[in-house]
Amino acid sequence: MSALVPLLVTLPLLGAAIALIAGRHRKTQVAVSIVTLTLVLAIAAVLLVVVDAGNAPIAVSVGDWPIPFGIVLYVDRLAALLVVVSSIVLLAVLLFSVGQGAADGDDDTPVSIFHPSYLILAAGIFTAFIAGDLFNLYVGFEILLVASYVLITLGSTESRIRTGVVYIVVSLVSSILFLASIAVIYGALGTVNMVQISERMTQLPQQTQTVLHVMLLLAFSIKAAVFPLSFWLPDSYPTAPAPVTAVFAGLLTKVGVYAMIRTETELFRVNDVNFVLMIVALATMIVGVLGAVAQAELKRILSFTLVSHVGYMVFGLAIATPAAIGATIYYMVHHIVVQTTLFLAVGLVERRAGSTSILRVKGLMRAAPVIAVLYFIPAINLGGLPPFSGFIGKYALFNAGAEVGTPIMIVLIVGGIITSLLTLYALMRAWNLSFWREEDDSAETEERISYLGSAPAAAIETERRVIPRIMTAATAGMVAVTVSLTLFAGPLYEVCARIGASLLEPVSISQLEDEAGR
Amino acid sequence: MDVSLVLIVVMAVLFACGVYAMLERSLTRVLIGFLLLGNATNLLLLIVMGQPGVAPFFGAAASSEEMSDPLPQALTLTAIVITFGISAFLLALIYRSWQLGQADTVEDDAEDLALRARGVAAEDAMDDETELVSDDTVTDFVGLATAPITVLGSRDFAGIRDDAPTDRPAGRREEPPRRIRPPEGEDDA
Repeated sequence: MSALVPLLVTLPLLGAAIALIAGRHRKTQVAVSIVTLTLVLAIAAVLLVVVDAGNAPIAVSVGDWPIPFGIVLYVDRLAALLVVVSSIVLLAVLLFSVGQGAADGDDDTPVSIFHPSYLILAAGIFTAFIAGDLFNLYVGFEILLVASYVLITLGSTESRIRTGVVYIVVSLVSSILFLASIAVIYGALGTVNMVQISERMTQLPQQTQTVLHVMLLLAFSIKAAVFPLSFWLPDSYPTAPAPVTAVFAGLLTKVGVYAMIRTETELFRVNDVNFVLMIVALATMIVGVLGAVAQAELKRILSFTLVSHVGYMVFGLAIATPAAIGATIYYMVHHIVVQTTLFLAVGLVERRAGSTSILRVKGLMRAAPVIAVLYFIPAINLGGLPPFSGFIGKYALFNAGAEVGTPIMIVLIVGGIITSLLTLYALMRAWNLSFWREEDDSAETEERISYLGSAPAAAIETERRVIPRIMTAATAGMVAVTVSLTLFAGPLYEVCARIGASLLEPVSISQLEDEAGR
Repeated sequence: MDVSLVLIVVMAVLFACGVYAMLERSLTRVLIGFLLLGNATNLLLLIVMGQPGVAPFFGAAASSEEMSDPLPQALTLTAIVITFGISAFLLALIYRSWQLGQADTVEDDAEDLALRARGVAAEDAMDDETELVSDDTVTDFVGLATAPITVLGSRDFAGIRDDAPTDRPAGRREEPPRRIRPPEGEDDA
């Protein structure tokens, strides 16, 4: 079984190489990308079932080096679950972009780098999820970041270069901070293996632990877009092509959140910065969603809600009980899927109506009922209306917070509920204006919404283009996945709860060696 | 753990210079800043290696005490390669943004200008303010007293309403960049 683990990384890299060689044959590229990601999805699903049933993580020491010295790939339930979810998302977005590319006839354009970059992005994400040591996590981050630099400046138009530069420079700073923290941790503990770090960390003085802890959290918070390190995100995501924004929004910040989960549970078992995390979580939720309310452009609204919902995950981490960690992971899975789906639906709106400004787009409910449904379901899901998974995730988080019951928890729960309502407000206003408003609208309504006219990007218009069936199908598939998160909430939530419980149990290095030996 | 004071001082200076250079608006200086920061971090990795010793795995050392720690060296090598790759990408990005800024031969089409005018009409006072600079410069860079390669000028805040949602690559772009306007008097031509 352990032979399957390295394939999660090597298959996408191999696929990227083939796709790069086949740069002029679009059909080959598409076939290679789809086959690669499907294989990864199958392998990840097998690993998840095996790891969950056997209750034993799989550790692989690459190149057969003795455990603390070589690279260790470590697949526990959390890693396996996230690889499954992210490969589903990557596959759906790939299909969406294939539909878009085929319809726009880009056979002769120089975007043949899209498929290789996309597969390398996938390899980076999977590396980060299954990394067993901090340095390999860093390498995974770098792989996915470099691929994302290429994707966010794809086509290198003026606006993409401008926003891409912001994204790239911010990411570079966070990478350097991460590398510096690894160096300092190695200096303090003499190891980069996560299990060994976790074992040795308790022997350090408390102040040293706090310094290391804060350094790592800062580096990851930039990637996860946690307030006040989140301002780069709403500026840089909306300009990228629709499928790229969708996959970035769903996965890239979550890799940061994943690294924070590992930091908070495995590496640092002492809850020395949890109070700060709670304040930060509250600020992330409220500031993010207020940004969303002020926007008039769908992609920007969604980018701000993305920031605000990262706050829920930080909140769950700050509670730091097994139930809360489990709820955080469920919420993370829900958010990856729903946020990507919404961005895909907005990509459809953009093609259909020639704009994503909620002031310009009207009457979509009548003109394109399918898109309307595809937007509405994930929108109320993100807003947290029962019975959808957003409600389940938030309820689980608030429940875990209420069990602790300290005054700050109550403040955070109230903040979370307000954020949830404001998210619903922002998304439903977009629904009312773009979908429900009739084409020939009264001057009174125009007057009432004119205050939004000064919001950034409210005046953009693009070409209206036909929507190929495959794009709608990919989006519909993702909507089905969001609904299935609700339908199968029971089993999924149990897996998440088991992850939460097992993450807080220490693993010893000898256990890791045993698992690698099998 | 004994470490060389010189290395620590050099690292600190590199970090300071790197942060300073990265705070500049010019992309080339950001690149230099990034290189300095990357090297400073590599030095940090070498510093945490501890005391230098003879090469490991070579048989020259009588005991493991005399060897230097090989792992940080491996980490540094990896980090150097990553820094190298990213610098190459940044250079390409700088070149591209220079290219775009110089491209003042791109013509504006009528529809684009009309859209622009509509956008300006709807703008509030804050947007007008940020656009003051752009109204008398034709391209991004010509006429700016600072470094030639500047992409993050204050005038760019108006550029949020840019040609963003086009999914076309540069060669087939239908909308020319809106910021580049013909000089006064040529509008009717």
